[in-house]
Amino acid sequence: MSDDFPEREFGIKTKSSEVSDGEYASSREEEHIESQIPEQDLYHPKSFITKWIFCQDAKVIGIQYSITAISIGLVALVLSWLMRLQLAFPDVFFSMGPAAYYQFVTMHGMIMVVYLLTALFLGGFGNFLIPLMVGSRDMVFPYVNMISFWMYFIAVLVLVASFFVPGGPTGAGWTLYPPQAITSGTPGSEGGIILMLMSLSLFVIGFTMGGLNYIITILQARTRGMTLMRMPLTIWGIFTATILAMLAFPALIVSCIMMTLDSLLGTSFFMPAMVQMGEHLKYGGGSPILFQHLFWFFGHPEVYIVALPAFGIVSDLISVHARKNIFGYRMMVWAIVIIGALSFFVWAHHMYVSGMNPWFGFFFATTTLIIAVPTAIKVYNWVLTLWRGNIRLNLPMLFALAFIITFVNGGITGLFLGNVIVDVPLSDTYFVVAHFHMVMGIAPILVIFGAIYHWYPLVTGKFLNEPMGKFHFWVTFLGSYAIYFPMHYLGFIGVPRRYYEMYNSPYIPTSAEGLNQFITIAALVVGFAQLVFLYNIISSIKLGKVAGKNPWQACSLEWQTEHVPPQHGNFGKNLPVVYRWAYDYSVPGAKEDYIPQNVPPSEVLGAKVEKT
Amino acid sequence: MIVAIVFFLVLIGSVVFHVLTPWWWTPVASNWGSIDDTIILTFWITGFVFMAVGLFMVYCVWKFKYQKNRRSEYKPEDKKLEFRLIVITTLGIVALLAPGLLVWNKYVTVPKDAFQIEVMAYQWGWAYRLPGKDGELGKVDIKNINDENPLGISSKDKNGIDDIIITDGPLHLLKNKPVKLLLRSTDVLHNFYVPQFRAKMDMLPGSVTYYWFVPTKVGTFEVLCAEFCGIGHYAMRGEVIVNEKKNYNEWLNKQKSYKQSVLKSFHKHKDHKHKDHKHKGEKNV
Repeated sequence: MSDDFPEREFGIKTKSSEVSDGEYASSREEEHIESQIPEQDLYHPKSFITKWIFCQDAKVIGIQYSITAISIGLVALVLSWLMRLQLAFPDVFFSMGPAAYYQFVTMHGMIMVVYLLTALFLGGFGNFLIPLMVGSRDMVFPYVNMISFWMYFIAVLVLVASFFVPGGPTGAGWTLYPPQAITSGTPGSEGGIILMLMSLSLFVIGFTMGGLNYIITILQARTRGMTLMRMPLTIWGIFTATILAMLAFPALIVSCIMMTLDSLLGTSFFMPAMVQMGEHLKYGGGSPILFQHLFWFFGHPEVYIVALPAFGIVSDLISVHARKNIFGYRMMVWAIVIIGALSFFVWAHHMYVSGMNPWFGFFFATTTLIIAVPTAIKVYNWVLTLWRGNIRLNLPMLFALAFIITFVNGGITGLFLGNVIVDVPLSDTYFVVAHFHMVMGIAPILVIFGAIYHWYPLVTGKFLNEPMGKFHFWVTFLGSYAIYFPMHYLGFIGVPRRYYEMYNSPYIPTSAEGLNQFITIAALVVGFAQLVFLYNIISSIKLGKVAGKNPWQACSLEWQTEHVPPQHGNFGKNLPVVYRWAYDYSVPGAKEDYIPQNVPPSEVLGAKVEKT
Repeated sequence: MIVAIVFFLVLIGSVVFHVLTPWWWTPVASNWGSIDDTIILTFWITGFVFMAVGLFMVYCVWKFKYQKNRRSEYKPEDKKLEFRLIVITTLGIVALLAPGLLVWNKYVTVPKDAFQIEVMAYQWGWAYRLPGKDGELGKVDIKNINDENPLGISSKDKNGIDDIIITDGPLHLLKNKPVKLLLRSTDVLHNFYVPQFRAKMDMLPGSVTYYWFVPTKVGTFEVLCAEFCGIGHYAMRGEVIVNEKKNYNEWLNKQKSYKQSVLKSFHKHKDHKHKDHKHKGEKNV
């Protein structure tokens, strides 16, 4: 091992000196540059099992992650239907009782945030795109990468198993606040919560294996010429989000372990002296607020773990389909990095009315509103990219546009909740529910859809069906906007969240019931539209129009592979050499309206490139 | 074309909905009208940004539709424009934050003449304690809680003997008298929330939290638990009645002190208080 080291260091040095002067590269276009370090040894699959099940190819692992995440996401979708039916039409179709309702709410929330969004963005898109986009043959640790997926898979199984233990899954709310999460007044406080905590711990372990892979691959395995400031924003988003995850998930896993000990061994990390139903419990001295700090130290960065990859991906979608470079690339990169860093200093804005020292409110309101500045810059740059662009209104672009509207909408309601005093009347109401669904539910999921329509031709070699896609888009966008926009107004009335039933509270106008029913119907419609999407994904593998190579005429490396879909090892005999950033669209003087990253300047002599 | 129109309608529809909505906050019944004002201010600033960004996007979609022979503008960066946008956004943020923090400062600064009332939450109901004639609340300890002493008042503290205890029934407040609610819980997290008062704070076992307000309207208001507390969370309701002085005093005189209620329960069956306690929770369900 130590013998390898000097050689490696040498290799890296050579690489970076090469990069610093991109100008002279034009003089020796065809010259093949010998690698300073030996090529990575890849384990090539020999059977069905090593190709599709215990597979070490990041692309297949990405697909495995995506399929698992979408499958468990469908469970969460059905749970959301059930609770919406309860809220709008109690006892009309079935009566579920409060215990089941709270269990569904909890599982829906946890699945969507952790097991769907995090796993899909980082495990799914991260695995598929990172090696392809940075010009690497695979992740740097393919075997660990494989284990990462299987840990995730087991975590999902443990989660599902909690539906079948006595008492059912936990109904503690996705935030799992103790003491109620592990005391008898909450459904699933015996078996369900333990399985949930175990599942989360397994998820964190599996994710750490994947996350190290993503970070090291991006830092160490980029191809020649791929400087950090030439990387597509998708990679910047995933890279920064993974670093956040590596720093935030430890807080989650320790709080999971501590709560498991409180529950099983009777320790009192989070448990003060309590009297429950007239009985003195054997706890004493712990702090429930401590859990909240740990949870949100994970939980707030978690929002950005989901949002940053979405930011990155949507930047690329907009740029490719508007045939224009992303406006202010360097500012976009710095905005991602700054948002990521700041996201560790805002966690207690989830706790303004938690009973922590009220003076914290000043600090966290200020940091929270500061984070709005880089976020706003990103929004401006997205719409400025459209300005004087040449906009193709295809499916990925439609989803990107819908993302901008929903994200801005959800972002500005964040300015309500982040501003400590405004949060006081609105916290724990439907305003919060509407806000986080808009900003970290609908907005990132629209990006996921856009990204699937965008990269499906790369994964399968076929296009998704366009008319079905249009139907899916309009129903999903308009439907979910119709769900969550009016929901804010329920929050203004003061309707509290996590209420199994409202009865006829005197302060709520009866018309609010009608609104509730409207929201439920819209939710059912939007849910069913996803079935069309699923059918489209499955049927297009066979029936889809053949896409061919680089169908969107994109610049980034993943579209420049020798084969479509790319094979194990991604690129042909030689790794591509990168001569420019990923956004050379509509360069004046160039023949085509795009110049791929691996085209040397000598091939596009007339092009007046400003940024390389 | 159609795409731009639909997006345009979504934006206009949002404004129309906002103007015409029948769903709006309840009339404020406390001194926290200033919180409503900060919400209105936030609405104007953020609503303007939402519409500006949205309409700009719609314009671009309508104006710069793909044409085969056209090229996009090539302009990777525009430092001046980016700098201006940062400055404008920062100003907007300051305009939101500064008034917000001023009101928050009021929210956390309790006036000295505030009348202290203790609210104790349990799964799933509320109990209240008012200071007796001495004007002071006695010490409590969760270890002292039992059937006769549901609030855990310490018998060593003289101030506690005459404390008024309300375990069943609404809390009455005096109009225009500032109150500081001392919040605690015996079991899990709760939150004492009256929508019309706007104020809110979690209640934690093991510590005492607080907020203050001035009730400004006579009337009966519903209390809701606003922090998830288990299976009966949605049924954890209560009532606050704000009175003028005369009615308030009438009510106050009927309430029993700790001493009186201990003596009373001494004559009754030992379990009664406990059952009563439980019964109330069930009634709410």
